[in-house]
Amino acid sequence: MNRRMLRKIKNSAFLSLSLVATLTGLACLAAILWTLISHGVAGLSGRIFTQMTPPPGNQGGLLNAIYGSGVMTLLGILIGSPIGVLAGTYLAEYGRSSRLSTAIRFINDVLLSAPSIIIGLFIYEIVVVRMGHFSAVAGALALAVLAIPVTLRTTEDMLNLVPIGMKDSSAALGAYPWRTTLSVLYPAARSGIVTGLLLAIARISGETAPLLFTALNNQFWSTNLRAPMANLPVVIFQFALSPYKNWQQLAWSGALLVTLAILILSITARVVVSALNPGGAKQR
Amino acid sequence: MAIIDPGHAAKQLIYERIFRSATFIAAIFVLLILGGVAVSLLRGAWPALSHFGFSFVAREIWNPVTDQFGALAPIYGTVMTSLIAMLLAVPAGFGIALFLTELCPPLLKRPIGVAVELLAAVPSIIFGIWGLFVLAPVLQRHVQPWLIRNLGDFPAIGHLFKGPPYGIGILTAGVVLAIMVLPFIAATMRDVFDTVPPMLKESGYGLGATTWEVIWNVVVPHSRVGIVGGIMLGLGRALGETMAVTFVIGNAHRISSSLLAPGTTISSAIANEFTEAVGDLYTSSLISLGLLLFLITFTVIALAQAMLRRLERRSGAVA
Repeated sequence: MNRRMLRKIKNSAFLSLSLVATLTGLACLAAILWTLISHGVAGLSGRIFTQMTPPPGNQGGLLNAIYGSGVMTLLGILIGSPIGVLAGTYLAEYGRSSRLSTAIRFINDVLLSAPSIIIGLFIYEIVVVRMGHFSAVAGALALAVLAIPVTLRTTEDMLNLVPIGMKDSSAALGAYPWRTTLSVLYPAARSGIVTGLLLAIARISGETAPLLFTALNNQFWSTNLRAPMANLPVVIFQFALSPYKNWQQLAWSGALLVTLAILILSITARVVVSALNPGGAKQR
Repeated sequence: MAIIDPGHAAKQLIYERIFRSATFIAAIFVLLILGGVAVSLLRGAWPALSHFGFSFVAREIWNPVTDQFGALAPIYGTVMTSLIAMLLAVPAGFGIALFLTELCPPLLKRPIGVAVELLAAVPSIIFGIWGLFVLAPVLQRHVQPWLIRNLGDFPAIGHLFKGPPYGIGILTAGVVLAIMVLPFIAATMRDVFDTVPPMLKESGYGLGATTWEVIWNVVVPHSRVGIVGGIMLGLGRALGETMAVTFVIGNAHRISSSLLAPGTTISSAIANEFTEAVGDLYTSSLISLGLLLFLITFTVIALAQAMLRRLERRSGAVA
């Protein structure tokens, strides 16, 4: 009887601890969001979207940083995602279980969780050193390298979800694999691949470390891709650590904008996935 | 009868070759990236490594004025912050995974799961700014004085909790890292727990085991490899995390006996000093730090992936 009580107590103790852990995790998310909203909203005004980053003590906005982040993220996705999608296609359709594919899959998963600062150093070495100065192109390339593993992984997973019968039917009609892939597999896996793109955009639009020594920052409006370009993460970094009140306020507002954009992208990606397979084969 | 146009068939074959080569080149590109990272880091690190030799990783000194550099302080900071993060995040991540797979009402399972995954999507710079302005003051005012009072005179570990409560430092960086890697560990463990065949769990319950006994004696042994893989994946993240740490570590190139003191990590040293580094030896020393980080994280992540893969193969064979 005593032993049974003990087991029950132990059981409820550990289960309560797991509840506490979950509540702590949720509380952290809530605390971060609350801090961002309470600090960031105060600075949100039309000025944020219409004026450049100001010198200390002056009024200003984040227009050049928002523009720069948009341009570099877009370029990064445009360069990175085709490579990721094609490589994912190779793994799912051509390579499958060859030794090379296994190696590529492995390396890709390593790249997926590799520290982004290393990618920044890599691009610094091969682009910035050659060009002799920081540039938006270098920033976009660093982001592209970060986007490849995400799109590769989702593309391969999504192509593998397409029922084999569809592929067989296409082959039975005499279509070559390239025809099957373009006309049958890609359309069937479209929403999954789009999810991968959204996740990749979410991943790279908040990256700071790789931009620090590739795109650096620019206090002024610049559309020159061969010159340093302002971007939200680096502006947040520099302004938040500055002693100036107006810079810190802009940092909070920028942080709120970036986080909102990323959370909306992530949630959209999830909605797309659950619309894709309502039964719910879970997305890994 | 179908009439085959030889010209059409030949064209199809050419398209096929082009498409196949394009996908193949893209796939090879992934290998090239990793190779390129290794080669370019080695090349950039070479001046410092050949100048200082092996003593680079064993010296604490970091003096840009006299051009003397050693990696010991950043290595120490990286290891200590990651260790603290894992000590906090592994039990918590285990708890969350356990809650999501065994306890959670089905209605809440998805919202809570998504919330945890959203925490993983928050960019690291947000954790940094939050850690500096919100978490650090709280730790400085409430947690650190308590630690100093109650653990500071403890034998053996007392020195870890001595000195003034700076707010920023190794401990704070560890706590921020713990919150950052928590969702990765929790999500991986949840996925691993989900691969345990329900029959095994039902058998445990059938014998009269409590939920905790089923988890500890059936689920955990069955998914041991995956759990370790998930932990290592989290560790890989913690070791390489940059921005969150840079905000709260304090950037002091020294090894303090106290966890409350400011320190530095490999990644935060690079982030802080790289653009300001003057002189080839200084830049090269920072790239050497990058090379070290690359080697450490690559090993940890590769081991983690190997473990998770083994588990995937096994569960694939069962299902």
